[in-house]
Amino acid sequence: MKVSGQDSKTTEKGIETHAERSVLVPPKDSGVSTATRLRKRYRGLSQWLDVFPYLLPTILGFVVFNIGPIIATFVLGLTKWDLLSPPQWVGLGNYQEMFFSKALFWRVMRNTIEYTLLYVPLSVILPLLLAVVMNQKLRGIGIFRTAFFLPAVISTVAVGIVWLWLYHEEFGVFNYALRSVGLDKIPWLNSPRWAMPALVLMSVWKVLGYNMVIYLAGLQNIPQDYHDAAKIDGAVAWQRFVHITLPLVSASTFFVLMISLINSFQVFEQTYILTQGGPAYSTLTLSFYIYKEGFQFMHMGYAAALATVMFIILMIFTFFHLRLQHRWVHYEM
Amino acid sequence: MIRRRQPGDNTPTPLRTRRVARKALSYALLSVAALIVLFPFLWMFSSSLKTVAEIFQYPPLLLPQSPQWSNYPAVMQSFPFPKFILNSLISSALPAIGQMVTCSLAAYVFAWKRFPGREVAFVLILATLMLPYQTTLIPTYVLMRYLGWLDTLRPLIVPGFLGGAFGTFLLRQFFLTIPRDLIDAAKMDGCSDFGIYRHVLLPLSRAALTTVGIFIFMLHWNDLLRPVIYLTSYQKMTLTVGLAFLKGQHRTEWSLLMAGAVISMVPMLILYLAAQRYFEEGMLLSGIKG
Repeated sequence: MKVSGQDSKTTEKGIETHAERSVLVPPKDSGVSTATRLRKRYRGLSQWLDVFPYLLPTILGFVVFNIGPIIATFVLGLTKWDLLSPPQWVGLGNYQEMFFSKALFWRVMRNTIEYTLLYVPLSVILPLLLAVVMNQKLRGIGIFRTAFFLPAVISTVAVGIVWLWLYHEEFGVFNYALRSVGLDKIPWLNSPRWAMPALVLMSVWKVLGYNMVIYLAGLQNIPQDYHDAAKIDGAVAWQRFVHITLPLVSASTFFVLMISLINSFQVFEQTYILTQGGPAYSTLTLSFYIYKEGFQFMHMGYAAALATVMFIILMIFTFFHLRLQHRWVHYEM
Repeated sequence: MIRRRQPGDNTPTPLRTRRVARKALSYALLSVAALIVLFPFLWMFSSSLKTVAEIFQYPPLLLPQSPQWSNYPAVMQSFPFPKFILNSLISSALPAIGQMVTCSLAAYVFAWKRFPGREVAFVLILATLMLPYQTTLIPTYVLMRYLGWLDTLRPLIVPGFLGGAFGTFLLRQFFLTIPRDLIDAAKMDGCSDFGIYRHVLLPLSRAALTTVGIFIFMLHWNDLLRPVIYLTSYQKMTLTVGLAFLKGQHRTEWSLLMAGAVISMVPMLILYLAAQRYFEEGMLLSGIKG
């Protein structure tokens, strides 16, 4: 007995909502061919067969370059391997070394936290302020937009070389500026105290325009009516900022906060060009440490263990961040 | 012009004056900020034209007195910039094309074909965006080594042809906005699955495809990490590694270094000025650092 039913599952807008037959098999001597009957029974499989050629590269890529390597990293973290001799199984030996014998790991974690604490607030707040100023109908605003966005587009190596020169102790412009207002010159990249702020400064400069553009998109979604109504009620500019702008831009802020956090953990290029992790390990963050251990010292197993630690930390962060979203992100007033 | 009375308006500054003042202040602030942001580039260019003596002058000279354009051919002689640029071009353009193809194919079926586990699969693909690259770096390197692809451009190119989360996401969202009627009409005309992809979706997706292409191109062009770990010989180096190498070799020849930096900036600068909104759109939607 054939039964045709309406299968109207609309998952998202635009997805096809066909009326589909249910999967009851018609009796053998009906007017339906075997092929059709089989195709109806194994509908899911036949759908996959249709779709498979299109997904093959993606699936391959996913397995070979994502899933496979993640699992391999976890496993490699349990070995000692320098690529020349066969890998040696050490179980939790790498982690023991990491947490208990090598003090360097804790220094690295401290550096990473320091970088994050310096970088994230600056890269979340400054672009927002800039975006608020940019969110006006000024003529030629496009030129400013181009200018602010430019550093994000140019390679970190090229800008790193200039910043090296700007940070130069004797002839760099920054120290010239400091000295011309009567302050002492700072040994920037040569000083364990100042190298990290120097790194952070360049990173913030580079990401300023990029985050600003994200905020601008969010700001432009705030209806002017809210501001107008508040003005009529006598609200001053900064009051409107705190009570209208900030809550309504919280979705963008959430996004910027999250990517700033993730990016601060992954900082590599600036470190490579400006400091190589020095001086005296003061700018050695986790991501550069992984690079150093894995590709300069060829401690593949240890580096994999470090990568596992990083993975866990970031997953925890992301989990909490997404959870707390409900607390402070307003999508509408 | 009717002047709106604001409550608490004790000193009646004309509204127009206040508006003009605010605009002027905004322009001033933005100009100062823009100058600060652009200053390193200006300094890069100006320093590239200085003589050795001018570089080491204190207080620093803002503009060189006689621009040493000869620094540019000098740095190009000392380093094979054309080769670097060619390598960068190959290792950026090819993955960009690869992504445009493979991501659009995957996005097509994610948007318009039904199959069991489609939503789960899509979420899995998206989840890879959250992966820090360090977790996949080492085994991927080991794989490349096993394949004998070390010191070639292949590790930089081939992954681009195996799909990507960013492109798939962006293109799927775009494909979803294409009206069903178009697709249904094509089906009624007897169009095959691939035909729909080729004759309906692709022609309408120029802008989205360009965004993906440009973004991937930029990512690869500016990438330092992968070229550093995979490329060891000189001739294979891309612009980023080459420049880093340059820095190692000519530590104190700052004007040469600046010239090198300017040269490596130019291609991306031109592309950016020509297609700015594609850059912005791509980076906006990605959350991946630029």
